Amino acid sequence: MHPILKLVVQRIALGLLLLLAVSLLIFAGTEALPGDVAQSILGQSATPEALANLREALGLNEPAMTRYFKWLGGILTGDFGVALTNGQDIGQAIGQRLGNTLFLATSAAVISVPLAILLGLVAARYNGRWPDKLISGVTLSTISLPEFVAAYFVIYLLTQLIPIFQPVAMVFPGMSFWEKLQAVALPVIVLVLVVLAHMMRMTRAAVLNVMQSAYIETAELKGLGPMTVIWRHALPNAIAPIISVVVLNLAYLVVGVVVVEVVFSYNALGQYLVDHVAKRDLPVVQAVGLIFAAVYIGLNILADVISILANPRLRHPK
Amino acid sequence: MNAEFNHLLKSAAKGRISRREFMGRAAALGVTAATASMLLASAARAEGPVKGGTLKAGMAGGESTNSLDPALAASEVPFMVNMTWGEMLVDVSAKGEIDYRIAEEVSSNADATEWKFKIRAGVEFHDGKTVTADDVIATLKRHTDEKSQSGALGIVQGISEMSASGDMVTLKLAAGNADLPFLMADYHLVIQPGGGVDNPAAGIGAGPYKVVAFEPGVRHVFEKHANYFDTTIGHADTVEILVINDNTARTAALQAGQVHMINRVDPKIIDLLKGVPGISIEAVAGRGHYVFIMHCDKAPFDNKDLRMALKLAINRQEMVEKILGGLGSIGNDFPINAAYPLFDDSIPQREYDAAKAAEHYKASGHDGSPIVLRTAPGAFPGAVEAAQLFQQSAAAAGIPLEVKVEPDDGYWSNVWNVEPFCASYWGGRPVQDQMYSTAYLSTADWNDTKFKNEEFDSILLAARAELDQTKRKEEYSKMAHILRDEGGLILPMFNDFVEAKRDEVAGWQPDPNGELMNGRALVKCWLNA
Repeated sequence: MHPILKLVVQRIALGLLLLLAVSLLIFAGTEALPGDVAQSILGQSATPEALANLREALGLNEPAMTRYFKWLGGILTGDFGVALTNGQDIGQAIGQRLGNTLFLATSAAVISVPLAILLGLVAARYNGRWPDKLISGVTLSTISLPEFVAAYFVIYLLTQLIPIFQPVAMVFPGMSFWEKLQAVALPVIVLVLVVLAHMMRMTRAAVLNVMQSAYIETAELKGLGPMTVIWRHALPNAIAPIISVVVLNLAYLVVGVVVVEVVFSYNALGQYLVDHVAKRDLPVVQAVGLIFAAVYIGLNILADVISILANPRLRHPK
Repeated sequence: MNAEFNHLLKSAAKGRISRREFMGRAAALGVTAATASMLLASAARAEGPVKGGTLKAGMAGGESTNSLDPALAASEVPFMVNMTWGEMLVDVSAKGEIDYRIAEEVSSNADATEWKFKIRAGVEFHDGKTVTADDVIATLKRHTDEKSQSGALGIVQGISEMSASGDMVTLKLAAGNADLPFLMADYHLVIQPGGGVDNPAAGIGAGPYKVVAFEPGVRHVFEKHANYFDTTIGHADTVEILVINDNTARTAALQAGQVHMINRVDPKIIDLLKGVPGISIEAVAGRGHYVFIMHCDKAPFDNKDLRMALKLAINRQEMVEKILGGLGSIGNDFPINAAYPLFDDSIPQREYDAAKAAEHYKASGHDGSPIVLRTAPGAFPGAVEAAQLFQQSAAAAGIPLEVKVEPDDGYWSNVWNVEPFCASYWGGRPVQDQMYSTAYLSTADWNDTKFKNEEFDSILLAARAELDQTKRKEEYSKMAHILRDEGGLILPMFNDFVEAKRDEVAGWQPDPNGELMNGRALVKCWLNA
């Protein structure tokens, strides 16, 4: 077997094992939450009788281990079960919401990743001069702003002062691609502002690090322009750290944007998870938790593999 | 009024000129803003509702965990959803009278133990079936079954026998209840075909709108039920509820015209919103109230003097001004206000009195250790700040309160009804009996002050079966006095429903029964083109 293929298979197997461990952790964690589903569903209206009835109906009286294995078995066969709170099929609900999450994340990534890398390269090229300072200053201030402040600012600017977008970013099946893009414009702008700085700084640092090397000096001495040097010689050797930061940010765009979702009432996975955590709807919390973990692990495997492919030393281990 | 003004009024009522333009030109003609606004509202009504269009509400209080089963509705959006697609036997009108819906006539025997509801002929469900007396019985039966987890269980529990014959539904009660028709207006008791037993969440009812899209926590879309029996309501072709829980986003959506009306306007931004063109604020005095509850059976709150000391140590006026932004009214330590029928307005108002509070505190013999008051941001809007105000006004009377802020998550299961002193809220009920029976009867499940008073209980039961209104009013007044002086309830304020709508929305009428015209705003309002 080719060593790279072997490595990929190894990583994936490890990832799956990790996912199993995560599933156990998620289950244990949700078990440890105070209160139970029945209590949370009934809330202020809970009476002891109603509680007992509901616990019975929800199967909460079975031991935890039994419930864990039942749940795991269901997931392996593609059955996430139904939400305890409203009886909706979890797989179906998650399917649609995951689509929305990925749509938002992809839209934000398509803009932010190339922009961040480009800005990083420009900053590295003009290291210490005004373009570098300007780019660093602006991106650092946008990342320092809490997401919801940035969101409110954008809402104020682009729906009230200059009313070109809508503050509520819900997307529905049946909307055209263009309509969807228009709906998510504001959250995308906020997310780009939030993730830009991290990737840009990393690109700049990684490239500058490589620029210290002797072969860059050689390239300069043979008369190449500064942008060509960066593009042809520095960037390929700085790709590994950049990729890992980019992937980290992609993972964030998928699993960490619940605040932005809430502010724009965007109907994606984070909001769905939070609603069900509040109601102790464990099957949903576990399913979404597992999906988030899978995305995180999957993207990290991807980052590892790309880094290895980009590095000849790792590509041809002795 | 001159001809020019009349022409202006007509143009505005028809929507040919904007409200803002109308107000400006009316002012130029020397008409005061208040008069102009009032004339415009009545002119718009006289002009008649405009049919068609899509009316949208942006609402807080919806979660992706919501169900279409009307029995399970507990927050604002499911309530509004029920009121849009569902129809009950009766509604309670804004004036507090019975508004006949599926029932067209109600009568009772002399001691209010047997009630007859005559079912209106030819009312159609969304699936084309006709509403029968059997559907009504099946619906009520489903709610009496504890497995249905109905929020109306406590209401239908008192019905001991139900029967249908022809178009007549007969309900026999274990004990007389003069308010039964009001209880049938509860928003959970949506009449469903076959009682909704087969599929409670099917969303098939007899209301003015049919469910088109149900996306819990996101949006709800409805279209006009063509064969709805009452042609005076249900003007828009399509109505939509968008769930927008974030205050800022909800307000922005209203300003941007993405929705036509919103609930729960943050009192803090009222003054800012008042200046925005095209938007008006609607504050409606309701029956909901914010409270601090003490368990009468747990130390130190089992001491009557200590309870009285705390009741005297709260500055009600300050709370209404600072917590509600003035949009509310002061409370008097019993859960009834002028929005209820048979309210006795001669009961003296309890005022903040630090000296008297200190006296009672001394008389209680409390050891001086801090009294822990638990609160949470979600106990009611401004609950943490309200607790801090309480702490300060009590400190002035020499009563040490310790405010403990609990997380919202789990507040209703771990703190409320568990800890002896905490912040909470109540929505109103249509009638006094229901409010008292829900939370202050010794045996009530939700007796969250653990208030047990035999005299109070016996008057409550006697008043319930009393058909003579004068006597009934006296009895309610007695109960109010007992609860106010003996109970564990500190009720500093009744909160208004604060809502906002765009000027193109017409037909708005304040309703003290519930938010957004008691959930019927989408059904009763229309859009001026």
